[in-house]
Amino acid sequence: MTSPISRGFRGRRPNAGAAARLPPGQYETHDFPVLSAGPTPHTPLAKWSFTLGARGAPSVTWSWDEFEALPHETITRDIHCVTKWSKFDTVWTGVSIDTIIAAGAEKGIAPAPYVVAVCDGGYTTNLPLADVTGGKAWIAVGYDDKPLHPEHGGPARLLVPHLYFWKSAKWVRELHFRDHDEPGFWEALGYHMRGDPWKEQRYTGDA
Amino acid sequence: MTGDVAEARPIAWRIGTVHEIIAETSRVRTLVLDVPGWPGHRAGQHVDVRLTAEDGYQTERSYSIASPPGDPRISLTIERLEDGEVSSYLVDELREGDTVELRGPIGGHFVWSVRDGGPLMLVGGGSGIVPLMAMLRHRASAPDGVRRATPARLLYSSRSWREVIYRDELAHLADTDDSLRVIHTLTREPPPSWPGYARRIDRAMLAEVTWPASAHPHIYVCGGTPLVETAAKALVELDYEPTSIRTERFGPTGGPA
Repeated sequence: MTSPISRGFRGRRPNAGAAARLPPGQYETHDFPVLSAGPTPHTPLAKWSFTLGARGAPSVTWSWDEFEALPHETITRDIHCVTKWSKFDTVWTGVSIDTIIAAGAEKGIAPAPYVVAVCDGGYTTNLPLADVTGGKAWIAVGYDDKPLHPEHGGPARLLVPHLYFWKSAKWVRELHFRDHDEPGFWEALGYHMRGDPWKEQRYTGDA
Repeated sequence: MTGDVAEARPIAWRIGTVHEIIAETSRVRTLVLDVPGWPGHRAGQHVDVRLTAEDGYQTERSYSIASPPGDPRISLTIERLEDGEVSSYLVDELREGDTVELRGPIGGHFVWSVRDGGPLMLVGGGSGIVPLMAMLRHRASAPDGVRRATPARLLYSSRSWREVIYRDELAHLADTDDSLRVIHTLTREPPPSWPGYARRIDRAMLAEVTWPASAHPHIYVCGGTPLVETAAKALVELDYEPTSIRTERFGPTGGPA
């Protein structure tokens, strides 16, 4: 279907540099809007832990101090929210999922083709392993050189900047390997299983 | 499950034609749209709207649906945002008979039906009223007995009395329904003899107007991020189950966030 012209709509085009970085249907924002389905959890660091697990295998759990002792990276990426905003050059610090998976492998946890992230508040999201390995995903604990604010997912959130930002689950506490792709919270409520912004995979049934 | 998802059809873009425009406040108006083929929706869901300029440039935003399920037309209530590329067009330029592209309904979490039961506690600020209004209109269309069995309260924060969206309709709903209470708070310019709340929503206000936690109300909070953060945090401190509190935020960049 060809879109009809919106009479009298001129719009505000992004400059050429921004246009090349904006996936279809997105616009650039300089704010950092907050999105979540419920109240913001506030987990004290003394009670925080992160667990990597798989079915039928013992899991590995890091305390906050142990997690902070893992090698951290600084990550600068554009992020794209399914609600249409994109924000360029966001700067994060965090631990690569590759690092976490390698640490798990030393304890006998074998990777599987999919992962599910589990968060405070019961939120989950599903991802193919290939989308979180090879330097594409992190557990972020810092934003703009500061500890990650609870509203934005602190103390720690998943960061998968090449997918729509709901996949970068806030308040992440666990990562589990799965043999099959099982829909998480938003994926069971009509959002796309993978969520590639460049393919505009917003909702269930999008290509 | 994976199979079902793979077979699902995309949510189609449809053409909506503006049937009527209702001025709600100086910055807010409602577009009443004819949308042939609309598949129906639940109260609280939203749509994506897409605009196309003559040279093919397109942009999209999300807007909550104000009309209840079952209405023959879809109503979107839009606030003109400062510097809003899409909202200023929809509020200032669009006329009756014009068309917009939209697709939906979208969102399956911030939704309520009378079948979900009550009590229903709605907390809104500014244009955050829109999805809550769809819930109240849906509830108002239910049979008397069902409505009485699902009592509802709305705590609604506006800057001033003239910026209260749906002011007359809210008054009418509350006047004709003993099981609905509408409580306004006016944060900037309360009228001289205003008897109600005249401050931002806070914990004390929520404690006064909300059913006790033991009544297990279904709670929906929609507004800007500061209002939503404050209200949701206060409600958790007041012992409401975090999972009973659903939030939706209208970011400063427009659209439900």
